[in-house]
Amino acid sequence: MKLASRHVLDLETMPAEDMKNILDTAESMKEILGRSIKKVPTLRGKSLCTLFYEPSTRTRASFELAAKYMSADSISIATATSSIKKGETLLDTARTIEAMGVDMIIMRHPVSGSSHFLSRHVKGAVINAGDGMHAHPTQGLLDMFTMRQHLGRLEGLKVTIVGDALHSRVARSNMWGLIKMGAQVCMAAPSTLLPLDLGDLDVKVYDRLEPALEGADVVNVLRLQLERQKRGLFPSAREYSQFYGVNQERLKLASPDVLVMHPGPMNRGVEISTEVADAPMSTIDEQVTNGVAVRMALLYLLLGGADE
Amino acid sequence: MRRLLIKGGRVLDPAENVDAVLDVLVEDDRVSAVGVDLSAEAEVLDASGLLVCPGFIDMHVHLRDPGEEYKEDMASGTRAAARGGFTAIACMPNTQPVIDNRALVEALLRKTQNMGCVRVYPICALSKGQKGEELAELADMRQAGAVAASDDGHPVQNGQLMRLALDYLRPFDMPVINHAEDKSLTEGAVMHEGSVSTLLGLRGMPAEAEELMVARDLMLARLTGGRLHIPHVSTKGAVELIAAYKSQGFKVTCEVAPHHLLLTDKIVRETWYDTNTKVNPPLRSLEHVEALHQAIKEGVIDAIASDHAPHHQDDKLVEYDYAAFGISGLETSVGLMARRLVHEGSLSWADLIRLYSLHPARILNVEGGSLAQGVRADITIIAPELEGTVTAQAFASKGRNTPFEGWKFKGAPWGTVVGGDVVMWEGRLTGGNKVT
Repeated sequence: MKLASRHVLDLETMPAEDMKNILDTAESMKEILGRSIKKVPTLRGKSLCTLFYEPSTRTRASFELAAKYMSADSISIATATSSIKKGETLLDTARTIEAMGVDMIIMRHPVSGSSHFLSRHVKGAVINAGDGMHAHPTQGLLDMFTMRQHLGRLEGLKVTIVGDALHSRVARSNMWGLIKMGAQVCMAAPSTLLPLDLGDLDVKVYDRLEPALEGADVVNVLRLQLERQKRGLFPSAREYSQFYGVNQERLKLASPDVLVMHPGPMNRGVEISTEVADAPMSTIDEQVTNGVAVRMALLYLLLGGADE
Repeated sequence: MRRLLIKGGRVLDPAENVDAVLDVLVEDDRVSAVGVDLSAEAEVLDASGLLVCPGFIDMHVHLRDPGEEYKEDMASGTRAAARGGFTAIACMPNTQPVIDNRALVEALLRKTQNMGCVRVYPICALSKGQKGEELAELADMRQAGAVAASDDGHPVQNGQLMRLALDYLRPFDMPVINHAEDKSLTEGAVMHEGSVSTLLGLRGMPAEAEELMVARDLMLARLTGGRLHIPHVSTKGAVELIAAYKSQGFKVTCEVAPHHLLLTDKIVRETWYDTNTKVNPPLRSLEHVEALHQAIKEGVIDAIASDHAPHHQDDKLVEYDYAAFGISGLETSVGLMARRLVHEGSLSWADLIRLYSLHPARILNVEGGSLAQGVRADITIIAPELEGTVTAQAFASKGRNTPFEGWKFKGAPWGTVVGGDVVMWEGRLTGGNKVT
């Protein structure tokens, strides 16, 4: 079954049945990852390019390995953020890549909306690997995949997103995906880091951590961008940790079977304590594995494997 | 002697309280008679079924000349004005170099005479280099022909400088125009702050950033007795503040831009970050737009001005944060406003003409706003029922950056007469130049 769009730009515009299709497909991809020979010929002859305007470890490696496991050819282009405005425009870079016969561009970019912009001007597919504060759809999908694997469902779960949701594309993609799949989404952060106005979306927003943790099935902890402190959005990492850090004591408020997630990279001892990060309830490493499976599923569904 | 006879139009001159089917006779650059069945040996324009109005003035235009001629220049910008039905425009000084001394004002006026096809009134910089530090030679520039002082594009943050400008210019009867924005609240912001910016992950400008500065500027106008004009008012709080000061009799005026009356911030999401929606002040949420319409009805708004900000595709066909702010507005202003405010709204044509002609002329203290015998023959002719579609490709402006592509207008500029010269007729430029 094909996806509704040839691009994956955000979860806001992705139909729920497509998300379900991707998660289902990712189950079989995860099986491939468990084999001793992790390679299938499915996407032989297809090529893709990762175009990253921001630093990344796991997302980029994850996409590139996903491509290799599926036998697609991949190249990567990294552009230092500082040279964007001086050098070639995004569209010129993208056209150059396309002119070499690339079927898909996977882009990370510091400006919200860049993937939407790019998708209007290229012939091939675009996957958004994170655009500014807007969306990180593959992270949202892999988080949902992880929840579903552990808890068997998404519908009815209480998922609490802790941390800088104001600036977080991970939070936005989790929010849209989980709402569409029937989960209850809560957010908790200092009030200066909470989304300003979510309109009529059904999200419960808390400026204290404890009430948001009560009965939570999943606690998804966001990375605290320490540079936000320089802009005065919170007084210090110490104080943040004291009031909003996820630790074992606070997690007693959550469901006894709570899952603790984090998209990485972590600031241990700030937004999440080391004891929690390394505890059995933490799925942090598994999220990384699932990220590869979910991205393999997306490549398969977008690059024509589905119509064979 | 050149004679032009505009026959059989509905002459609408709110300043003279005229609304009747009349002929207008122009001799050289002056209106020599307005009356029934005039005859003269003259070039005749058949204006039956058309509105004959005092010349429209767009008092907020970025001509980009000198310095950014790839975006717009004197010729293209004034042709766009003529096509849009404007006999005159006031141009902002944020060019390269900044228009901040007499020589530059004079150079701009000379260029206007050589290349302009409508009248151009320079607005001069308020501070030297628009740096917001010390006053430019404002009286000297006034004498050279500048009509107002503004650091537009670089909002005056320093309250003392704003106070000094208002105070210093009071005896010269020259308005101070300040883009009202507290920049400490808008760092890195690219649209209105609200639910739409939150969902899109774009940094927002709160309405309060505008309202705080409007409040400050109003208070300083009260303190100094200086003449304040507030450009492109876009928020509910701002019009409320202005209304309160006006009701107390203070010398304050304001303008609104068509895009702030026609679009809300939702368009940024509906178009998925189309950079033609990026403008400063930003497109606001519905409650603000409704408040602006109410303010127009109640007469709180003095003028409509496009804040014409033409940009090249290179400045717009980029990521949202990197795109330039601004909308190319000269050629869509009258048609869209006529449809929304007259045909679909509650304004009369006379009301609209006040907003486009009489009031801007008074604010800038320039001749215009009337068709009485003896006045300069700057005349805008409107086809009140003409319908059509906005097509940026047809713009005379170099700036094709409009969020209104494909929008329907009703009531459109049909003729532009500048100092007795017909520079636009039947919606098309004639190639004529104004007589100076």
